[in-house]
Amino acid sequence: MKRGVFYFSIVLMVLYCSGPFLWQFITSLKPDYELTMIPPVISKNPTAIHYVSIFREHPFLRIILNSAIVASSTTILSLIIGSSCAFGLAKLRVKYKSFILGFILSVSMFPPIATVSPLYIIIRALGIRDTWLALVITYTTFSLPLSIWILTNFFKEIPDEIYLAARVDGCTPYQIFYKIMLPLSLPGIFTTAILVFIFSWNEFLFALTFTSTPASRTIPVAIALFPGLHEVPWGDIAAASVVVTIPLIFIVFAFQRRIVEGLTSGAIKG
Amino acid sequence: MAGIRFDKIRKRFKDVTVIKELNLPIHDGEFFTFVGPSGCGKSTILNMIAGLEPVTEGKIYFDNTVVNDLTPQERDVAMVFQSYALYPHMSVYENIAFPLRMKKVQIKTIDEEVKRVAALLGLNDLLQRKPKELSGGQRQRVALGRAMIRKPKVFLMDEPLSNLDARLRIEMRAELKRLHQDLRITTVYVTHDQAEAMSLSSRIAVIYQGEVQQCGTPIEVYLKPANIFVGEFIGSPPMNFIKGTVLNIQPLKINLNGIIISPLLETSIGKTSVIIGIRPEDIPITDKKSDESIEVTVALIEPAGSFNWVDIEWNNVRIKGAAKVDADLRAGCKAFMKIPIKKIVIFDADSGKRF
Repeated sequence: MKRGVFYFSIVLMVLYCSGPFLWQFITSLKPDYELTMIPPVISKNPTAIHYVSIFREHPFLRIILNSAIVASSTTILSLIIGSSCAFGLAKLRVKYKSFILGFILSVSMFPPIATVSPLYIIIRALGIRDTWLALVITYTTFSLPLSIWILTNFFKEIPDEIYLAARVDGCTPYQIFYKIMLPLSLPGIFTTAILVFIFSWNEFLFALTFTSTPASRTIPVAIALFPGLHEVPWGDIAAASVVVTIPLIFIVFAFQRRIVEGLTSGAIKG
Repeated sequence: MAGIRFDKIRKRFKDVTVIKELNLPIHDGEFFTFVGPSGCGKSTILNMIAGLEPVTEGKIYFDNTVVNDLTPQERDVAMVFQSYALYPHMSVYENIAFPLRMKKVQIKTIDEEVKRVAALLGLNDLLQRKPKELSGGQRQRVALGRAMIRKPKVFLMDEPLSNLDARLRIEMRAELKRLHQDLRITTVYVTHDQAEAMSLSSRIAVIYQGEVQQCGTPIEVYLKPANIFVGEFIGSPPMNFIKGTVLNIQPLKINLNGIIISPLLETSIGKTSVIIGIRPEDIPITDKKSDESIEVTVALIEPAGSFNWVDIEWNNVRIKGAAKVDADLRAGCKAFMKIPIKKIVIFDADSGKRF
């Protein structure tokens, strides 16, 4: 009986969370005339026409490529800068540590809408409007506080004695960083990577402002621009949403296994 | 290999003085132990030797070289930590090989050395395991191996045995002693366990409140503690302390809580109030009256196997002595004690220093 309630609650939770996505998926398979039917129906003759249409009538492959490159570059850049910074803050002798951490956090307190205009002016002045670079720089800036905070906490959990042992064994601080600290905090690295990647993949406001052509337009903006003058192609929008969600799900599951691996290997606790 | 010399070393953390002034030589090849209660600054001394902690004032010499500004790497020291500090993501083999890898030694040489050290420590069958798959004693041996492989100038050990259970600790203690006898590398050891310090060291320094209270061979420190603190700290159970009054200076006569004793003392005593220290193991307690014995009341009996510790009282003073197992003693009953006049230590009641 107890188990029954337990599994029932789990099913309920999963349905609640994945409901919108499932609905989107069902919508994406409906032919146009079924889309606006009331009450909504589950399609009797599912079709793949919307999936064909997003690639045929829009440069959607290019858009996905833009997003993938922007999101992965942001992730890598944010991890490189974030982890070195976090290592310093967690293990090296740095003055005013808590002040620095607080200052870093304050960066993420500005609402994007308040910074988007000045940033646009800067990006136009630099001549990198409508390029991947503009987005990568902006996203890295905004994801860094998160990366630094998560990674600092992970590095802090590694006992000081391991750090000292490595110093006595002849490592320079930089060698300690990549030979000892990074392998030991892989779970933290993957957690951060997932969060930063999802943030960059989904970001809308900056992408809308800084891009103007399919040369650098990312997925959220492209989908938002699907609606034409006279109609809203709900079917195409649904299909596009499904297509771009799949890589995210895949990445999360791939990384999640590593995270669990890292947590259960008892890497740190002796 | 190297000798170490501290020249007027001081250490402050912000406003707190941790080491007041340290002047001390540690000889080449010696097993030297800093022993003291926790928080006395002994680990700080070790970290200063290693170069993990800068000194505030003074100089540290390795032989005749000042090492103050050298990195741990340049000082060529190896350190064993209390928590072992093994690298969890590396196998035993990689852990032991790590210091040589950092020195960019040839792979073939590394392999030979790792096998040699592993054989010495009985780790041959464990080389492919990860630290988490090892027991405490095995981890400790890996940590030792990692320190030994480099043949450092100085071995530093920070309470390396205190995470082990009692039996293993005694086993590893013997192993450490054997290793030191074989390798003869200068070893600086830090512990709060006086028994460990006594059994391992060529010389020990008792540290308390950032100062060396006494430095000497274990037996010197045991027999002639420099002050009350050392007498209490070294030896288990601790030394008994009884207030005494000097009645006569030449020849010396002391009233020890109602008992008149006349110990022989080279230095003269100018004061009237002293404290007498006697080790419990030196006070024989019996059930039979004999010459010079003093009648006392038994308060508590703690069997220690081959003998019994006995707490006794007379004139409202309670001290600990030792009795044979076959003595017929019971708590609350009468017994007889002897004061071992040759083994008592006399301290100044005001300064706590030994006369």
